[in-house]
Amino acid sequence: MNSRYEVVIGLEVHVQLTTKTKIFCGCSIEFGQSPNSQTCPVCLGLPGALPVLNQQVVEDAIKAGLATNCQIAPHSIFARKNYFYPDLPKGYQISQFELPICEHGWMDIETEELGKKRVGITRIHMEEDAGKLLHNESNSSSVDLNRACTPLLEVVSEPDMRSSEEAIAYLKQLHQIVVYLGICDGNLDEGSFRCDANVSIRPWGQKELGTRAELKNLNSFRFIKQAIEYEVERQIDVIEDGGEVVQETRLFDPDAGVSRSMRSKEEAHDYRYFPDPDLLPLQVSADWVERVRSVLPELPLVKLQRYQDEMDLPAYDAGVLSAERPVAEYFEGLVALYNNPKVCSNWVMGEVLGALKEKNLEIIDCPVSPELLAGVLQRIDDKTISGKIAKTVFEEIWQSGKNADQVIEEKGLKQVSDSGAIEAIVDEVIAANPGPVAEYHAGKEKLMGFFVGQVMKASKGKANPGMANQLLKKKLAG
Amino acid sequence: MKFHNLTIQDIRQKLNSGELTSVELTRVCLERIKATDDKLNAFITVCEEEALAAAAVADQQIASGNGALLTGIPVAVKDIFNTLDVRTTCASKILDDYVSPYDATTITKLREQGAIIIGKLNMDEFAMGSSGENSAAGAVYNPWDTQRVPGGSSSGSAAAVAAGQVVATLGTDTGGSVRQPASHCGVVGLKPTYGRVSRYGVVAFASSLDQVGPVAGNVEDCALMLGVVAGYDPADSTSVDCLVPDYLENLKTGVAGKKIGLPKEYFIDGLDPDIKKAVNSAIETYRQLGAEIVEVSLPHTDYSVASYYLIAMAEASSNLARYDGVRFGIRQDSGDGLIGMYQQTRTAGFGDEVKRRIMLGTYALSSGYYDAYYLKAQKVRTLIRQDFHDVFEQVDLLLTPVAPTPAFKIGAMTNDPLQMYLSDIFTIPTNLAGTCAMSLPCGFSEDGLPIGLQLIGKPFAEAEMLQAAYAFEQATDWSDRVPEL
Repeated sequence: MNSRYEVVIGLEVHVQLTTKTKIFCGCSIEFGQSPNSQTCPVCLGLPGALPVLNQQVVEDAIKAGLATNCQIAPHSIFARKNYFYPDLPKGYQISQFELPICEHGWMDIETEELGKKRVGITRIHMEEDAGKLLHNESNSSSVDLNRACTPLLEVVSEPDMRSSEEAIAYLKQLHQIVVYLGICDGNLDEGSFRCDANVSIRPWGQKELGTRAELKNLNSFRFIKQAIEYEVERQIDVIEDGGEVVQETRLFDPDAGVSRSMRSKEEAHDYRYFPDPDLLPLQVSADWVERVRSVLPELPLVKLQRYQDEMDLPAYDAGVLSAERPVAEYFEGLVALYNNPKVCSNWVMGEVLGALKEKNLEIIDCPVSPELLAGVLQRIDDKTISGKIAKTVFEEIWQSGKNADQVIEEKGLKQVSDSGAIEAIVDEVIAANPGPVAEYHAGKEKLMGFFVGQVMKASKGKANPGMANQLLKKKLAG
Repeated sequence: MKFHNLTIQDIRQKLNSGELTSVELTRVCLERIKATDDKLNAFITVCEEEALAAAAVADQQIASGNGALLTGIPVAVKDIFNTLDVRTTCASKILDDYVSPYDATTITKLREQGAIIIGKLNMDEFAMGSSGENSAAGAVYNPWDTQRVPGGSSSGSAAAVAAGQVVATLGTDTGGSVRQPASHCGVVGLKPTYGRVSRYGVVAFASSLDQVGPVAGNVEDCALMLGVVAGYDPADSTSVDCLVPDYLENLKTGVAGKKIGLPKEYFIDGLDPDIKKAVNSAIETYRQLGAEIVEVSLPHTDYSVASYYLIAMAEASSNLARYDGVRFGIRQDSGDGLIGMYQQTRTAGFGDEVKRRIMLGTYALSSGYYDAYYLKAQKVRTLIRQDFHDVFEQVDLLLTPVAPTPAFKIGAMTNDPLQMYLSDIFTIPTNLAGTCAMSLPCGFSEDGLPIGLQLIGKPFAEAEMLQAAYAFEQATDWSDRVPEL
């Protein structure tokens, strides 16, 4: 990037969990319900109501911590973060401050520009979300507290990233992990994965960090990249003009592509954190951590490596197949039934993902299950059908939901391996193409492909291509 | 009819035998309230119609043999308990006309046992005070001398029982708010071990110290009421899942062979001579009842008031942030924007003492002061807790005065909040330690004001403490006296 300045980026990501109920009460967290319909005395912050911790949230936090190589604290504390805002019903947010549940983790990321590197994860803590303000036309605002008390994990990185590319690589990987873990739906538009970026610059070689600006309201990977790059340029301009970067919070406006100062350090809140006396210190036993570890899914990076090492897949295939957990599960389900990973990979990446994309479906809704697809591949192996006919069979299964044998039977797609029948077709083809036959005899052996094609065409694809090839060779030689 | 000499179980029998109906009893209470509450101001809300309707239903239940422990018996609760359909004001303007959409767990438990909730009792605003003077509904007066305070903050809870308006009430005790008014009004008040009774639905003052406690005219009723409200509540993470014994079962066990400790730090030189005399006489009674009396020490007692007020105010400053005018309660908004609305609402809604505590608590938690105030206070709290732990290795119970003086005159301490805070000096340490304690009548001052004796028990040993209290009550007649009104 810039030749004179090093960019330093740290990220804070809010991961909204997909638990059934809120973090401190039994209300549902379903998105898009009518305002204030999913509330109770606890999440409304009514006098006398008390929070009770949802154990699933703790379990999800442990999962996230283990997946990012964190230490899981046996003893952690919920704290109150005090500030006034109409979307914050109690006047404080229950969060974790001094003793969070996860600390000292890391993730390895990779970018084309800078290669592999390890990014430190300072901490992961649990907290409740605030509600939403709806601004009305009449210059008034309404409060919707459906989102209040929704469980969040805040994942805080070390200031280890040195470019917007690295920041995006980190975010994409974290996103992939939390979706893989099944603890977050990963929906950026609905705010399920929200990012704040701390950005500063310093002259190359300087050890101390420069003064940072915190960028807020970054709800797509593209905006995050834009906002960071804008901020870097802005800070360089300030310094080159002889000014000083001030510590502040800036709000990114994606429409204008610029950020505006929201509040300076002087205006920053004093949150007056203190341990929440309504919640006991959280004890997480080593047993609990081990139980969670034992049900942790294989993570994408591990899969990526295993697909290459154990299945001999090319890096590209391994990347596509491991990127999303449902795809990986489909693929692995198929390999379990049909033990030829490369053939499975070709089919999943080609036919399956292609058809899904065309029909705009998710893989969990794929009408051709791994079992049905394995049936097709087995029929290729035992030469019942050719690879080409197999694609027709696949399409038929997609439409009808029947298995490969039924489709082959009903549609009469069985490969012709009867040498008499194939011989007759071969004879026809030779008789019908005197020109190419002459050229073949003159030494143009490449024409063999043409003859095989003609035989397949005449047999409507059903002829065993190996046999056709053999017979053609024999007849043309004779 | 008067029920000063009747226990709840006596009334239960009269109701069951048909000698008395719940409607009659409820009318007696309502009439007594009408006759005396002009002088006392113990009630904020009286639910006359609802109570009589509930009494009629109770009479049917009793007639058909379906009565529970409190069926048909009117009780009242401090206006800090959320009650469905009846307003819950916390004696604050900011919650004027606030009606909760849910019942506190303790209210549910009272209703499950058939109690009739006849009204909501006056108190210091948000339970902040030791005199009953800090109420948006006006001060509460002591039934023994209406020139004097009844104590606080469960002022109405104690005054109503003393005046015979109801047989029993619920209060809350954060630093002595059940025991000190019980002492000043000559009734029995108990603060259970922290975690013994659910706090769910009780408006929070200081969450790590608040505990619900019963007030009654005698030890037996206090034991019965505790049994009704005690128990683990999954809706309160700080409530403790441990067995609730039948407090009535072994009430007559006595104190023979028990070791009662007198913490020397509680028998200070400045102690009021009447109180000293009454408490010394109580010690003598216990000795005669067969208890072994030993002097013990709680060395960090001197620091308890300072650490208590730091912790309580810090928690209060956060607990009271929700009264912001956005969702419930009053709202004052002259159109100066959001911050203006907050300021105007809270300025108009809170009384002076509440504002003082919010400001002090906010200060104690502020960046740069947290370590010196809040954190230090928590460390002191740990030491105080350890004091009690150590002393209970040596003795079964502690015996102390409840308050350094009998009830003081209305207005006597209004301009000296620090002096007022010091009046909780003997009750505060048990809240910090989390253990149980109670106040019971042990004499009268020269001026005819009641004096209370404090018993402090081991954590979750309320039964043993009640046995000692019962033995004392049976051996003396202090509980039999009633104020002339």
